[in-house]
Amino acid sequence: MSDAVIRIRELKNQFADQVVHEGLDLDVRRGEILGVVGGSGTGKSVLMRAILGLRPPQGGSIEVLGESVTSRSEPLAVRRRTGVLFQDGALFSSLTVLENVEVPLKEHFPGLPGDLRRELARMRIRLVGLPSGTGSKLPSELSGGMRKRAGLARALALDPELLFLDEPTAGLDPVGAAAFDELLRTLQRALGLTVFLITHDLDTLYAICDRIAVLGQRRILVIGERSEVEAFDDDWVRDYFHGPRARAAQAAQGRGGS
Amino acid sequence: MKNSDWIQVPGEPNGRWRLCGDWRLPSVTLLRQVLEAGPDRPQGLDATAIEAMDAAGAFVLLRWTQRCGLDADEIELRDEHRRLLETVRRGLEMEEPPEPPAESLWRSALGGLGRSVLALQANSARLLGFLGLVLTTLLTSMGRPRQWRVTATVHHMQQSGLAALPLVSLLSFLVGAVVAFLGATVLRDFGAELFVVDLTTYAFLREFGVLLTAILLAGRTASAFTAQIGTMKSREEIDAIRTLGQDPIVLLVLPRLLALLIMLPLLSVVATLAGLLGGLAVAVWSLGIPLELYISRVQETAKLSHYLTGLVKAPVFAMVIALVGCLEGFKVAGTAQSVGERTTSAVVQSISLVIIIDALAAVFFMEMGW
Repeated sequence: MSDAVIRIRELKNQFADQVVHEGLDLDVRRGEILGVVGGSGTGKSVLMRAILGLRPPQGGSIEVLGESVTSRSEPLAVRRRTGVLFQDGALFSSLTVLENVEVPLKEHFPGLPGDLRRELARMRIRLVGLPSGTGSKLPSELSGGMRKRAGLARALALDPELLFLDEPTAGLDPVGAAAFDELLRTLQRALGLTVFLITHDLDTLYAICDRIAVLGQRRILVIGERSEVEAFDDDWVRDYFHGPRARAAQAAQGRGGS
Repeated sequence: MKNSDWIQVPGEPNGRWRLCGDWRLPSVTLLRQVLEAGPDRPQGLDATAIEAMDAAGAFVLLRWTQRCGLDADEIELRDEHRRLLETVRRGLEMEEPPEPPAESLWRSALGGLGRSVLALQANSARLLGFLGLVLTTLLTSMGRPRQWRVTATVHHMQQSGLAALPLVSLLSFLVGAVVAFLGATVLRDFGAELFVVDLTTYAFLREFGVLLTAILLAGRTASAFTAQIGTMKSREEIDAIRTLGQDPIVLLVLPRLLALLIMLPLLSVVATLAGLLGGLAVAVWSLGIPLELYISRVQETAKLSHYLTGLVKAPVFAMVIALVGCLEGFKVAGTAQSVGERTTSAVVQSISLVIIIDALAAVFFMEMGW
């Protein structure tokens, strides 16, 4: 099962005369968690927005689940099969958590009876480990970590094959971040998800990613398993994976016994 | 129960049922109907033939087996589906607290009324408290020239005063013309068209000059103050000002208040002139009153006392607009949504207060015979 669910060829992204990506190729394999890292301004979020079809690229082609998202029409079939968790959850502030999770179900399965839809939404909320009673709360009443979990519940509402996560552990305390990593790993195994994960968090990277892609110099510098990426000869990559924080994260992983 | 795309019931009575097909979200509606259709209970389940299952399918399966009194462990499943089922089941074991009983409509309406009365009381107390705080800060900082924020004050005078000049004069001119037209329509029947001049003069000297300016500034400036201070509040800039040992009232409120206290009376002078000009334009071009007659008539009617009863309200309005705008800004809590809500509230409050105060003042001046 190593067919590519995301296939990017010769991608070019440009803001005015500032080129963000040029000649970028990337394959994401089915069933893997791909961690995407890169310095600030290397266009990680731009890449994600391009893959989601939110931002038309200046050149190149992107295929998601076998369908092109760079063509003119809105890739609706792809939308149904993907879930996205934005940085702060991006929950709709006027709806309760339960209603937020119901939105994609209502949109894509209008024939679903109301009671079943509510039960399914409630099931997702429990699946992401939110305490009972969270469903009736408004997003503004939740902590940052809970908002991210609620956002994940909404992203999972349609049982997507492909999940996009933009810095899921940013702004969480280490305990919360570790719990979120654990949750992601469990759900990914149970649901057979493919995950595209943007992160700065070395612990997340080491704990749950199958492969790591490093963005830099307008393209993917290197992609592969941890050992391959660490051995890559580039200043930024070396600083990133062999700096003091990386060593601490590696040591923690070693103690964790993984 | 009949055989279907998802269930195959065996011929013999106590055999295991075979589950198969697609147990995913697009088919759960039909699936649930099929599962609830029959009263029979299966003796055992063999689900290894299920081709695809997702969390929604697992959920429906679990609910059904619970209802049939079947243990989920007894279902034969493929390994990957077993993992999924276990994950979903762990989530389902949590108890959902009971929904609070829905309140009856009249009770919640009555409750809402009570809450808004209490909010009005709290809001008035807060506005008065803020007024006191700002006045005492103003008095103490008078004696300390080092606290005077001249640049900021001049900046706000330009932003909320000078920049509003074209708008205020245009709108006052138009309202002046409208008042003259209205008066002419009524007075023509009495052959007293000349009294149009008295009408516009009275109206603009006593009321409209100041009132129009205040309403325009309440919409334009109070909202700007709330948005500015509210954005600073939500980015913790106000807290930063405090921790650096400065007073946000001195830094943010006093320059805005002083700017409005200076500019609103000036603007209302311009508005009065523009309104009289609007009346003049209508009188001369449409009603055929000679220019000289109009001017001499204005000179006869316009008394200083009239103008003072109008102008004396200007500082009060300036105070209301600046205080409401700033206080609503300070009330912003957290998100960008709150900034929007507070801005709306600032405009509504300042315009209402301006009109209420104006009405009270009009009654008072009439009774006093000023």
